[in-house]
Amino acid sequence: MDLASAKVIGAGLAAIGVGMAALGVGNVFGSFLEGALRNPSAADGQQGRLFIGFAAAELLGLIAFVIAILILFVI
Amino acid sequence: MAAEGSGIDPMHQFLVEPMLGRHLVFHGYDISFTNSALFMVITAAVLWIFMLGGMQRKLVPGRWQAAVEGMTGFVSNMMDSSIGPKGKAFTPYVFSLFMFILFANLIGLFPMGIVPGWHPFTVTSHITVTAVLAFVSFGIVLLVGFAKHGFHFFSLFIPHGTPKVMIPLIFLIELASFMVRPFSLGLRLFVAMTAGHILLDVFASFVVQGINAGGGLGPLVSVLSFIMIIGISALELLVAAIQAYVFALLTSLYLNDAINLH
Repeated sequence: MDLASAKVIGAGLAAIGVGMAALGVGNVFGSFLEGALRNPSAADGQQGRLFIGFAAAELLGLIAFVIAILILFVI
Repeated sequence: MAAEGSGIDPMHQFLVEPMLGRHLVFHGYDISFTNSALFMVITAAVLWIFMLGGMQRKLVPGRWQAAVEGMTGFVSNMMDSSIGPKGKAFTPYVFSLFMFILFANLIGLFPMGIVPGWHPFTVTSHITVTAVLAFVSFGIVLLVGFAKHGFHFFSLFIPHGTPKVMIPLIFLIELASFMVRPFSLGLRLFVAMTAGHILLDVFASFVVQGINAGGGLGPLVSVLSFIMIIGISALELLVAAIQAYVFALLTSLYLNDAINLH
Protein backbone atom coordinates (compact mmCIF):
# COMPACT_ATOMS: atom_id res chain seq x y z
CA MET A 1 0.00 0.00 0.00
CA ASP A 2 1.42 3.40 -0.88
CA LEU A 3 1.41 6.38 1.47
CA ALA A 4 -1.41 8.27 -0.24
CA SER A 5 -3.96 5.49 0.13
CA ALA A 6 -2.79 4.75 3.69
CA LYS A 7 -3.38 8.42 4.52
CA VAL A 8 -6.92 8.37 3.19
CA ILE A 9 -7.71 5.16 5.08
CA GLY A 10 -6.24 6.65 8.26
CA ALA A 11 -8.33 9.81 7.91
CA GLY A 12 -11.42 7.68 7.42
CA LEU A 13 -10.61 5.68 10.56
CA ALA A 14 -10.14 8.94 12.47
CA ALA A 15 -13.63 9.96 11.39
CA ILE A 16 -15.03 7.09 13.49
CA GLY A 17 -14.07 9.15 16.54
CA VAL A 18 -16.34 11.96 15.39
CA GLY A 19 -19.24 9.50 15.30
CA MET A 20 -18.35 8.33 18.80
CA ALA A 21 -18.53 11.94 19.98
CA ALA A 22 -22.01 12.09 18.48
CA LEU A 23 -22.96 9.21 20.79
CA GLY A 24 -21.45 11.07 23.72
CA VAL A 25 -23.19 14.38 22.98
CA GLY A 26 -26.48 12.57 22.43
CA ASN A 27 -26.03 10.81 25.74
CA VAL A 28 -25.38 14.12 27.54
CA PHE A 29 -28.50 15.80 26.18
CA GLY A 30 -30.61 12.66 26.46
CA SER A 31 -29.75 12.14 30.10
CA PHE A 32 -30.35 15.81 30.80
CA LEU A 33 -33.81 15.67 29.25
CA GLU A 34 -34.58 12.47 31.12
CA GLY A 35 -33.77 14.15 34.39
CA ALA A 36 -35.31 17.48 33.42
CA LEU A 37 -38.67 15.94 32.57
CA ARG A 38 -38.81 14.24 35.95
CA ASN A 39 -38.07 17.45 37.81
CA PRO A 40 -38.55 20.44 35.50
CA SER A 41 -38.16 22.97 38.30
CA ALA A 42 -34.55 21.91 38.89
CA ALA A 43 -33.65 21.82 35.18
CA ASP A 44 -32.83 25.51 34.71
CA GLY A 45 -30.23 25.45 37.45
CA GLN A 46 -28.35 22.62 35.76
CA GLN A 47 -28.00 24.21 32.34
CA GLY A 48 -24.41 25.26 33.02
CA ARG A 49 -23.45 21.70 33.90
CA LEU A 50 -25.28 20.49 30.79
CA PHE A 51 -23.07 22.63 28.60
CA ILE A 52 -19.91 21.66 30.47
CA GLY A 53 -20.73 18.02 29.77
CA PHE A 54 -21.54 18.87 26.20
CA ALA A 55 -18.24 20.71 25.78
CA ALA A 56 -16.23 17.88 27.26
CA ALA A 57 -17.92 15.24 25.10
CA GLU A 58 -17.68 17.35 21.97
CA LEU A 59 -14.00 18.17 22.44
CA LEU A 60 -12.99 14.54 21.98
CA GLY A 61 -14.83 14.34 18.67
CA LEU A 62 -13.25 17.58 17.55
CA ILE A 63 -9.82 16.20 18.42
CA ALA A 64 -10.59 13.18 16.21
CA PHE A 65 -11.43 15.64 13.45
CA VAL A 66 -8.14 17.48 13.99
CA ILE A 67 -6.29 14.18 13.72
CA ALA A 68 -8.05 13.45 10.42
CA ILE A 69 -7.10 16.90 9.11
CA LEU A 70 -3.51 16.44 10.29
CA ILE A 71 -3.27 13.08 8.55
CA LEU A 72 -4.70 14.45 5.32
CA PHE A 73 -2.96 17.81 5.02
CA VAL A 74 0.11 17.89 7.25
CA ILE A 75 1.80 14.50 7.21
CA MET B 1 -13.85 30.24 -5.35
CA ALA B 2 -13.81 26.77 -3.94
CA ALA B 3 -16.04 25.07 -6.46
CA GLU B 4 -13.98 26.05 -9.51
CA GLY B 5 -12.92 23.12 -11.64
CA SER B 6 -13.83 19.61 -10.66
CA GLY B 7 -11.91 19.31 -7.39
CA ILE B 8 -13.28 20.53 -4.08
CA ASP B 9 -10.94 22.84 -2.18
CA PRO B 10 -12.70 23.46 1.14
CA MET B 11 -9.57 24.93 2.73
CA HIS B 12 -9.37 27.90 0.38
CA GLN B 13 -11.88 29.87 2.44
CA PHE B 14 -9.51 29.94 5.40
CA LEU B 15 -6.67 31.57 3.46
CA VAL B 16 -5.35 34.71 5.12
CA GLU B 17 -4.37 37.16 2.41
CA PRO B 18 -3.56 40.89 2.30
CA MET B 19 -6.52 43.08 1.45
CA LEU B 20 -4.87 45.23 -1.22
CA GLY B 21 -3.18 42.35 -3.00
CA ARG B 22 0.38 43.04 -1.95
CA HIS B 23 2.34 42.20 1.15
CA LEU B 24 3.69 44.91 3.39
CA VAL B 25 6.94 43.65 4.85
CA PHE B 26 8.58 45.48 7.72
CA HIS B 27 11.96 44.22 8.96
CA GLY B 28 11.19 40.72 7.76
CA TYR B 29 7.70 40.61 9.30
CA ASP B 30 4.58 40.63 7.16
CA ILE B 31 2.43 43.39 8.64
CA SER B 32 -0.02 43.82 5.75
CA PHE B 33 -3.70 44.42 6.55
CA THR B 34 -5.26 41.01 5.93
CA ASN B 35 -8.83 39.86 5.49
CA SER B 36 -8.56 38.38 8.98
CA ALA B 37 -7.72 41.80 10.40
CA LEU B 38 -10.51 43.39 8.35
CA PHE B 39 -13.09 41.01 9.76
CA MET B 40 -11.84 41.56 13.29
CA VAL B 41 -12.31 45.30 12.73
CA ILE B 42 -15.79 44.67 11.30
CA THR B 43 -16.66 42.48 14.31
CA ALA B 44 -15.44 45.13 16.73
CA ALA B 45 -17.31 47.87 14.83
CA VAL B 46 -20.60 45.91 14.76
CA LEU B 47 -20.21 45.10 18.45
CA TRP B 48 -19.50 48.76 19.20
CA ILE B 49 -22.57 49.93 17.28
CA PHE B 50 -24.73 47.27 18.94
CA MET B 51 -23.62 48.26 22.43
CA LEU B 52 -23.71 52.02 21.82
CA GLY B 53 -27.21 51.88 20.36
CA GLY B 54 -28.51 49.96 23.35
CA MET B 55 -26.79 51.71 26.24
CA GLN B 56 -29.60 54.07 27.16
CA ARG B 57 -31.00 54.53 30.61
CA LYS B 58 -34.67 54.39 29.74
CA LEU B 59 -36.87 53.02 32.50
CA VAL B 60 -38.96 51.15 29.96
CA PRO B 61 -36.41 49.73 27.50
CA GLY B 62 -37.00 49.84 23.77
CA ARG B 63 -36.24 46.87 21.55
CA TRP B 64 -32.56 47.67 21.11
CA GLN B 65 -31.95 48.36 24.78
CA ALA B 66 -33.83 45.18 25.69
CA ALA B 67 -31.54 43.19 23.37
CA VAL B 68 -28.40 44.63 24.96
CA GLU B 69 -29.78 44.19 28.45
CA GLY B 70 -30.66 40.61 27.64
CA MET B 71 -27.02 39.96 26.71
CA THR B 72 -25.53 41.72 29.74
CA GLY B 73 -28.05 40.07 32.04
CA PHE B 74 -27.26 36.66 30.56
CA VAL B 75 -23.52 37.01 31.14
CA SER B 76 -23.81 38.55 34.60
CA ASN B 77 -26.22 35.76 35.61
CA MET B 78 -23.72 33.20 34.39
CA MET B 79 -20.90 34.86 36.34
CA ASP B 80 -23.09 35.04 39.42
CA SER B 81 -24.03 31.39 39.34
CA SER B 82 -20.54 30.08 38.60
CA ILE B 83 -18.37 32.41 40.71
CA GLY B 84 -20.63 34.24 43.13
CA PRO B 85 -20.44 37.86 44.26
CA LYS B 86 -16.65 38.01 43.79
CA GLY B 87 -17.14 37.41 40.07
CA LYS B 88 -18.57 40.89 39.53
CA ALA B 89 -15.10 42.30 38.78
CA PHE B 90 -14.56 39.89 35.88
CA THR B 91 -17.96 40.30 34.24
CA PRO B 92 -16.74 42.97 31.76
CA TYR B 93 -13.93 40.73 30.54
CA VAL B 94 -16.11 37.65 30.09
CA PHE B 95 -18.82 39.76 28.49
CA SER B 96 -16.43 41.20 25.88
CA LEU B 97 -15.04 37.72 25.25
CA PHE B 98 -18.52 36.25 24.78
CA MET B 99 -19.77 39.05 22.54
CA PHE B 100 -16.63 39.15 20.40
CA ILE B 101 -16.68 35.41 19.77
CA LEU B 102 -20.44 35.39 19.17
CA PHE B 103 -20.28 38.27 16.68
CA ALA B 104 -17.19 36.89 14.94
CA ASN B 105 -18.89 33.51 14.53
CA LEU B 106 -22.12 35.03 13.25
CA ILE B 107 -20.40 37.44 10.85
CA GLY B 108 -18.42 34.49 9.50
CA LEU B 109 -21.72 32.82 8.59
CA PHE B 110 -23.05 35.95 6.87
CA PRO B 111 -24.02 35.08 3.25
CA MET B 112 -21.58 37.50 1.66
CA GLY B 113 -20.85 35.00 -1.11
CA ILE B 114 -23.87 36.22 -3.10
CA VAL B 115 -21.70 39.18 -4.15
CA PRO B 116 -19.28 37.64 -6.69
CA GLY B 117 -15.68 37.66 -5.56
CA TRP B 118 -16.49 38.27 -1.93
CA HIS B 119 -16.49 35.74 0.81
CA PRO B 120 -16.86 36.13 4.54
CA PHE B 121 -13.94 35.22 6.74
CA THR B 122 -14.49 33.60 10.10
CA VAL B 123 -11.96 35.10 12.47
CA THR B 124 -12.49 32.33 15.01
CA SER B 125 -11.69 29.59 12.48
CA HIS B 126 -7.99 30.26 13.01
CA ILE B 127 -6.19 28.81 15.99
CA THR B 128 -3.93 31.87 16.11
CA VAL B 129 -6.96 33.94 17.13
CA THR B 130 -8.70 31.46 19.43
CA ALA B 131 -5.43 30.46 21.10
CA VAL B 132 -4.69 34.09 21.92
CA LEU B 133 -8.16 34.47 23.44
CA ALA B 134 -7.65 31.25 25.41
CA PHE B 135 -4.18 32.28 26.60
CA VAL B 136 -5.50 35.66 27.74
CA SER B 137 -8.15 33.84 29.79
CA PHE B 138 -5.59 31.43 31.17
CA GLY B 139 -3.19 34.28 31.95
CA ILE B 140 -5.88 36.12 33.89
CA VAL B 141 -6.63 32.92 35.83
CA LEU B 142 -2.94 32.52 36.72
CA LEU B 143 -2.51 36.19 37.66
CA VAL B 144 -5.64 36.27 39.81
CA GLY B 145 -4.81 32.92 41.41
CA PHE B 146 -1.27 33.85 42.40
CA ALA B 147 -2.15 37.43 43.37
CA LYS B 148 -5.03 36.31 45.61
CA HIS B 149 -3.60 33.16 47.17
CA GLY B 150 0.15 33.24 46.55
CA PHE B 151 1.71 29.79 46.57
CA HIS B 152 -1.40 28.50 48.31
CA PHE B 153 -2.82 28.47 44.77
CA PHE B 154 -1.11 25.10 44.28
CA SER B 155 -3.59 23.55 46.71
CA LEU B 156 -5.97 23.73 43.74
CA PHE B 157 -4.23 20.60 42.47
CA ILE B 158 -4.93 18.56 45.62
CA PRO B 159 -8.64 17.93 46.18
CA HIS B 160 -9.90 17.82 49.76
CA GLY B 161 -9.65 14.45 51.45
CA THR B 162 -6.97 13.01 49.19
CA PRO B 163 -5.10 10.21 51.02
CA LYS B 164 -1.48 11.12 51.79
CA VAL B 165 -0.09 8.33 49.60
CA MET B 166 -2.00 9.53 46.57
CA ILE B 167 -0.98 13.20 46.78
CA PRO B 168 2.00 13.13 44.36
CA LEU B 169 0.06 11.22 41.71
CA ILE B 170 -3.10 13.32 42.05
CA PHE B 171 -0.99 16.50 41.97
CA LEU B 172 0.58 15.49 38.66
CA ILE B 173 -2.74 14.51 37.10
CA GLU B 174 -4.46 17.71 38.24
CA LEU B 175 -1.51 19.78 37.06
CA ALA B 176 -1.67 18.17 33.62
CA SER B 177 -5.41 18.74 33.37
CA PHE B 178 -4.89 22.36 34.45
CA MET B 179 -2.11 23.04 31.96
CA VAL B 180 -4.05 21.55 29.05
CA ARG B 181 -6.99 23.95 29.62
CA PRO B 182 -5.90 26.80 27.34
CA PHE B 183 -5.25 24.38 24.50
CA SER B 184 -8.58 22.61 24.80
CA LEU B 185 -10.34 25.98 25.16
CA GLY B 186 -8.80 27.40 21.99
CA LEU B 187 -8.93 24.15 20.05
CA ARG B 188 -12.64 23.60 20.69
CA LEU B 189 -13.74 26.92 19.22
CA PHE B 190 -11.31 26.74 16.30
CA VAL B 191 -12.22 23.20 15.27
CA ALA B 192 -15.96 23.67 15.70
CA MET B 193 -15.95 26.70 13.40
CA THR B 194 -13.52 25.16 10.89
CA ALA B 195 -15.47 21.89 10.66
CA GLY B 196 -18.77 23.69 10.13
CA HIS B 197 -17.38 25.88 7.35
CA ILE B 198 -15.74 22.92 5.61
CA LEU B 199 -19.06 21.07 5.74
CA LEU B 200 -20.93 24.05 4.26
CA ASP B 201 -18.31 24.46 1.54
CA VAL B 202 -18.37 20.77 0.59
CA PHE B 203 -22.16 20.74 0.25
CA ALA B 204 -22.09 24.03 -1.69
CA SER B 205 -19.62 22.40 -4.09
CA PHE B 206 -21.98 19.45 -4.47
CA VAL B 207 -24.73 21.84 -5.60
CA VAL B 208 -22.53 23.39 -8.29
CA GLN B 209 -21.07 20.07 -9.43
CA GLY B 210 -24.50 18.46 -9.56
CA ILE B 211 -25.78 21.19 -11.89
CA ASN B 212 -22.66 20.92 -14.05
CA ALA B 213 -22.91 17.14 -14.25
CA GLY B 214 -26.38 17.31 -15.79
CA GLY B 215 -28.33 14.14 -16.54
CA GLY B 216 -31.08 12.95 -14.27
CA LEU B 217 -29.04 12.33 -11.15
CA GLY B 218 -27.04 15.61 -11.08
CA PRO B 219 -29.91 18.03 -10.36
CA LEU B 220 -31.31 15.59 -7.79
CA VAL B 221 -28.01 15.68 -5.91
CA SER B 222 -28.02 19.48 -6.19
CA VAL B 223 -31.50 19.83 -4.72
CA LEU B 224 -30.77 17.40 -1.88
CA SER B 225 -27.47 19.15 -1.11
CA PHE B 226 -29.19 22.53 -1.11
CA ILE B 227 -31.78 21.32 1.40
CA MET B 228 -28.89 19.94 3.44
CA ILE B 229 -27.16 23.36 3.36
CA ILE B 230 -30.24 25.02 4.80
CA GLY B 231 -30.27 22.53 7.67
CA ILE B 232 -26.54 22.81 8.29
CA SER B 233 -26.72 26.61 8.24
CA ALA B 234 -29.34 26.50 10.99
CA LEU B 235 -27.15 24.06 12.92
CA GLU B 236 -24.14 26.33 12.44
CA LEU B 237 -26.04 29.33 13.85
CA LEU B 238 -26.74 27.17 16.92
CA VAL B 239 -23.10 26.03 17.11
CA ALA B 240 -21.88 29.64 16.79
CA ALA B 241 -23.94 30.63 19.83
CA ILE B 242 -23.14 27.46 21.82
CA GLN B 243 -19.39 27.74 21.23
CA ALA B 244 -19.36 31.39 22.33
CA TYR B 245 -21.36 30.39 25.42
CA VAL B 246 -19.11 27.43 26.18
CA PHE B 247 -15.98 29.57 25.86
CA ALA B 248 -17.39 32.18 28.25
CA LEU B 249 -18.74 29.50 30.63
CA LEU B 250 -15.44 27.63 30.84
CA THR B 251 -13.55 30.90 31.34
CA SER B 252 -15.86 31.74 34.22
CA LEU B 253 -15.37 28.26 35.73
CA TYR B 254 -11.59 28.56 35.49
CA LEU B 255 -11.82 32.00 37.09
CA ASN B 256 -13.92 30.43 39.84
CA ASP B 257 -11.09 27.97 40.52
CA ALA B 258 -8.65 30.85 40.80
CA ILE B 259 -10.86 33.04 42.99
CA ASN B 260 -12.49 30.53 45.32
CA LEU B 261 -10.01 27.59 45.30
CA HIS B 262 -12.57 24.76 45.36
